[in-house]
Amino acid sequence: MMRSVLPYPLLALSLLVMWILLNGLSVGQLLLGGVVAVAASAVMAQLKPAKPRLRNWRAVMRLALILPVDIFRSNMAVSRQILAGTGGRKISGFVAIPLALRDRTGLAILACIITSTPGTAWVEYDSNRNTLLLHVLDLGSEDWIKLIKTRYEQPLMEIFG
Amino acid sequence: MTDMADLPIWAALLVAFLVLLGAVLTLIGAVGLLRLRSFYERVHAPTLGTTFGAGGILVASMIFFSMLETRPVLHEVLISVFITVTTPVTLMLLARAALYRDRAEGAECLPVRHEVGPANAGPDPSQGD
Repeated sequence: MMRSVLPYPLLALSLLVMWILLNGLSVGQLLLGGVVAVAASAVMAQLKPAKPRLRNWRAVMRLALILPVDIFRSNMAVSRQILAGTGGRKISGFVAIPLALRDRTGLAILACIITSTPGTAWVEYDSNRNTLLLHVLDLGSEDWIKLIKTRYEQPLMEIFG
Repeated sequence: MTDMADLPIWAALLVAFLVLLGAVLTLIGAVGLLRLRSFYERVHAPTLGTTFGAGGILVASMIFFSMLETRPVLHEVLISVFITVTTPVTLMLLARAALYRDRAEGAECLPVRHEVGPANAGPDPSQGD
């Protein structure tokens, strides 16, 4: 019963939250948003998208906590590098990262994480070899493969399995 | 619009600080777009504007309007979600177009191209799959 009315509960919930954020919280908007959410997720069910399953909420929390810190730190690092000008030139370059993560939603979220961390840019993903080509603004002495794999890929694997 | 003088001083300072922070980061990103050398380096600069640049201004906007209307105004959260979800799409499109062009021209700065099959991808031993 629950399955047929709400095939995608997370999607329906996100739509309802979006509706409330846009229109303000009231009983009427809650009802209207609920109808929209249920109807829209029923339409979505017709497309039969792969259903992502969140297996580990603690890993979600942990990732949500470290991300803002990482994004802030790399914001500062990139700003410093831009302002330093030609004097503080760093070596930038490509890094090829062999991934173990294959889940499509997980990869999409990894793309969002890597893009929204200034200093790293997602360049190309090769689905045959499952490798990711990354461009890093300041290569430094950091082991980028290990960093990306332990800091972001590991939790994403725990979440999406 | 409501009177701006209604805003308590601490909120006004906080909002001013956040707007300034966001604006400065976005400006640095724009400067980086001019200063950095290669295309792949320049692609990093605008991400300053799409992360904490936009974030600072959006949080400031949330605080400002929440204080003035004395109820939480949170629809800025949606803006940040949409920015985060859509920037990778454009960025990948640009980066792959540049990569395609550079490979066609045989540019030197590029990494070894991964051919389909058991091609060797570089010195890293953990690469084999």
